[in-house]
Amino acid sequence: MRIAVLTDIHANREAFEAVLADIAGHGVDRIALLGDIVGYGADPEWCCDRAAELVAAGAICVRGNHDAAAAGSAEAMAPLAKRALDWTRGRLGPAQTAFLAERPMTADSEGMLFVHASASQPEAWSYITSDTRAAPSFRATTAWLILCGHVHVPLLASCDSGGVVRQQAFRTGLPIPLLPSRRWLAVVGSVGQPRDGVAQAAWALVDTGTRELSFRRTPYDTTGAARRIHEAGLPEELAVRLLVGR
Amino acid sequence: MKQLRPQQGLQIDGFTLGEKLHTGGFATIWAVTHPDHDLPMVMKVPTILDGYDGPTIVGFEVEQMIMPRLSGPHVPKVIATGDFDVMPYIVTELIDGGSFLPVFQRAPLPVSDMIEIAARMVTAVADLHRQHVIHLDLKPENFLQRKTGEMVMVDFGLSRHDQLPDLLAEEFTIPMGTYPYIAPEQYLRCRDDPRSDLFALGAMLYALATGRNPWGTPRTLRGVRKRLWRDPEPPRALRPEIPEWLQEIILRALAVDPMRRYQTAAQLAFDLSHPQQVTLTARALKQRRDGWLRVFDRWRVMRRIRRFTAPSSVAAQLASVPIIVVAVDLTPEGERLAAVLRRAVKRMLLIEPDARIACVNVIKTARIGLDQGTDDRGNNLHVVRLVQLKAWAEGIELPDHRLTYTVLEGPDPGQQIIDYARANQVDHILMGARGHSTTRRYLGSVSAQVVAEAQCSVTVIRAPEQQARDADRLPPASIAPPSGRTPAPEPPQNVS
Repeated sequence: MRIAVLTDIHANREAFEAVLADIAGHGVDRIALLGDIVGYGADPEWCCDRAAELVAAGAICVRGNHDAAAAGSAEAMAPLAKRALDWTRGRLGPAQTAFLAERPMTADSEGMLFVHASASQPEAWSYITSDTRAAPSFRATTAWLILCGHVHVPLLASCDSGGVVRQQAFRTGLPIPLLPSRRWLAVVGSVGQPRDGVAQAAWALVDTGTRELSFRRTPYDTTGAARRIHEAGLPEELAVRLLVGR
Repeated sequence: MKQLRPQQGLQIDGFTLGEKLHTGGFATIWAVTHPDHDLPMVMKVPTILDGYDGPTIVGFEVEQMIMPRLSGPHVPKVIATGDFDVMPYIVTELIDGGSFLPVFQRAPLPVSDMIEIAARMVTAVADLHRQHVIHLDLKPENFLQRKTGEMVMVDFGLSRHDQLPDLLAEEFTIPMGTYPYIAPEQYLRCRDDPRSDLFALGAMLYALATGRNPWGTPRTLRGVRKRLWRDPEPPRALRPEIPEWLQEIILRALAVDPMRRYQTAAQLAFDLSHPQQVTLTARALKQRRDGWLRVFDRWRVMRRIRRFTAPSSVAAQLASVPIIVVAVDLTPEGERLAAVLRRAVKRMLLIEPDARIACVNVIKTARIGLDQGTDDRGNNLHVVRLVQLKAWAEGIELPDHRLTYTVLEGPDPGQQIIDYARANQVDHILMGARGHSTTRRYLGSVSAQVVAEAQCSVTVIRAPEQQARDADRLPPASIAPPSGRTPAPEPPQNVS
């Protein structure tokens, strides 16, 4: 089975559409969305509706912290995120809010675990940015592959039979063999707001048959997405960062 | 699940273990059979010590990761791999020609044998590098032979696949490799440089030529480190019958700084197959090891060195030093093209400043019957063409060691060019297309054949029509590069 994993769409319609179009050419059997459908971007309604359509067609979709905040309270968020969420809440209809509120914290399929932040404490929304920070997730599950988002910077880590967790360097776009002798964790970069200096939508393709994962990038209309944020009256820095991918 | 240990008669995943063929330090090799596979096969099983045996496990994980991604005659074909939970293994085809080690034990070899063996080894390594893999543990034990002659590399436990995570990089803090053959940068823990394999090849060529290793058999890392400043005994000092050009090749492959070595296996193979055209330097004539003062100077620099510059990727390294064949037509008709072709070569050298240019001309021979080897005045045709080829190439203004000249003979010039390019692992062919004549339309042109059948990129150059018409009116020109104004050629047609 080939699974396309998308996360942190953040109401960026241009990026979401571009990735879905790209996926169409890859012969994908299933789509997994790892949360944060909304927040930051100018198209929360469209992105919510599209995500709901995908879920109706069999996609996995777990809850992100922005989704939870959009459907509930944004008190704990950073000021910039909070401003965007207050704006977002005013845009979403009851069905869209309900869709976000109903998302589960984790999902599993074929021995893989899907979660927005960490597998050890999904509600704590902690950031996996190193092998040390990946280790608790490996301890929390027996899944052979943990797929998560939240960080907006891709990362790959492995846990060997001795429990040693190591971050692994990789090249974007090339299939990485996920050796059966180890368990693996991939932080999939963000579709709608990449922060690794590459202004292209990030996603990942997992092939459970060959046990390979590729981190992929899809170019999209960053200027268009930035203009929409500007026109919506959202904070300017949210528009600018899309152009540089930071 | 319970861990299994290999033993004769054990059945696993449909394989039945037969005789134990080899016991190594880290693994055992077994003959195996399987009802679905009727070729002779072997199973390699790592010898994992009780508890957590990190180095062996990671090495075997690396093999399980890299080997199924390799293809071609120079690697064993992988049939299956086994799970670590039950019993880790890799089943491959059996390589029928056996180990290469006995050949090394016969060294020193006669020069002609040695060159032939060296060429086969280097070709195998070039094939591996093209597949983005650096072996990093090349040694006689790791070369097997097929009955058909191809060398096969085995044991990829220390290898590095340029496009996959390097599981070994952070695992160990000591240099990994086999002491007599390990490259200086590998000693400094660099695992990204394909030129490390060329150093190991150099050490093996040295051993084949002289019967001993360039730095003996060091037992400690301190002993390995000496190669950063101490030069080996020149091969000709040990065996005076070794030709100067071969000493040049071996010592160049063994240069301490990777930048001063052969840059690709294809370049090394090229020199081995064009010995008369190897440019000799002081290295070729060296009679003895450097004096203590020079060694001391090198020691002062090298003892502080932490790393050499590595290429950004294996593919980038291979691409940076291409071998470009220029097929030159020396007939009067081809002369129109000569200047245009030369300009195309010069333009390509601007983009590929480190390219090596191999100028090739084909003497077309009759399919049946004897050919006259001499022209009307009794000059040897081969020599005449070689002189003309050199005259043509003078206009390129490239140093001698980056230019070679080859005159081929055969009834089918296109096929000659294609075969030469394949044999020499050429990256790109540049050639001219003659005009449009009726005969050519019916018989097909040489360039069309090369474009259709060559395994590398081919660029076909055409002289602009105006120039072709001018050339028709001019008396036959001499071979010397034409001077003065040349009309700009049409953009070349690129075919990859």
